[in-house]
Amino acid sequence: MAADTAPLAQPEEQRDEAALIRRVCNGERELFYELVKPYERRLYATAFAILRNEADAEDAAQEAVLKAFKNIGKFRSEARFSTWLIQITVNEALMRRRKQHSDRMEPIADQRDDEGNYIPRDFADWREIPSETLERKEIREKLAQALATLGEKYRDVFVLRDMQHLSIEDTAKTLNITSASVKTRLLRARLMLRDLLAPGFGGPWSSRLSFEKGNKPW
Amino acid sequence: MVVACEQVWLEVSNYLDGDVAPELRVAVEEHARTCPRCRAVIEGTRNIVRLYGDERMVEVPLGFGSRLHRRLEENISPRRPGLWKGWAIGFAGAAALVLVMVGIGNIPGAKDQQPMRVQLAQPGHGVPPDLPVVVASAGSTFHVPGCKYMHDKTGLRTITAAEASQEGYTPCVRCMKKYLTDDEVQALEEVERLEEMASQ
Repeated sequence: MAADTAPLAQPEEQRDEAALIRRVCNGERELFYELVKPYERRLYATAFAILRNEADAEDAAQEAVLKAFKNIGKFRSEARFSTWLIQITVNEALMRRRKQHSDRMEPIADQRDDEGNYIPRDFADWREIPSETLERKEIREKLAQALATLGEKYRDVFVLRDMQHLSIEDTAKTLNITSASVKTRLLRARLMLRDLLAPGFGGPWSSRLSFEKGNKPW
Repeated sequence: MVVACEQVWLEVSNYLDGDVAPELRVAVEEHARTCPRCRAVIEGTRNIVRLYGDERMVEVPLGFGSRLHRRLEENISPRRPGLWKGWAIGFAGAAALVLVMVGIGNIPGAKDQQPMRVQLAQPGHGVPPDLPVVVASAGSTFHVPGCKYMHDKTGLRTITAAEASQEGYTPCVRCMKKYLTDDEVQALEEVERLEEMASQ
């Protein structure tokens, strides 16, 4: 998959987003794309994390943007525009996933009791990994694969909270669950990912591409 | 305050989010200093949060932005001529009929009652129904926000085109022109002309 290198959104404070929204509402409809452009990457990522299919994710993100455009008059300025957009995208993606998976059983991880204690499986000493590691496509793919193994309810929370940086409250509101559930699922998701990835990062992944020689991290 | 390993594991997520009481934070840090297993859990989880939160984790298909832009453009400025052609047929005639019925200004209060709006506006015309439009309480037409041909702005409201139609407003022939056929523009101009006569 080819990758765009467009940067993520600038901080909203740096853009006079409220003024742009007003102009769109006042008839300068063509400005709407300027409004969503800084977030298009995040919208795609959100949809992809939920649907795990490029074509579906792109279509869901596009549909979400159209819905946002049609409902821009309902946007309340006390909310963050980016959060509002992401919430619409999540709803669109979840709706599609429900349609696609209505006859499929949930993964085993989804059936675990939220309240049960989770004991880390692996205690490999995992020092700080430089962010430059992410320049390596192999590493990104391993992280994506690990994320895909999580049950949906853990993955949804993790994506919104740790990848889209929504607050606990906004994550809870978007997924229609309680803040306490968000925290519990987030803890699980983070620890499960750590368990999955720590052996690779703590050992084999320390030497470049060593896992390619059959040394799988999990 | 002293914490056990299990409590550290239970709180590691809140700890990394800065969502624990100060005394618990100190206790976790004290514990981690002497417990390599918990240190591994904390640092490993911190790495997870940092790596997945990095924008480079997201790979967007090439051309995604331009395809999104194109789809948005197609939907922002749809041209759907002819959808309310049937509505326009006889529009001017109906306008004239209503004006005759209200006596073209001879009936006291006819101007205030806006008979044109109620009698003539029909649903299902070519203007996208969910298009945000503005209407004035004393006006008879709906406009795109910012239309310079909107003179009376008393009681200005933003509603959808469908709602405006339901309330009896008709499209402004200038700012809504792109949604109208020539016949429709002509009919609406005739309505405006007759309405103006009625108001004099």
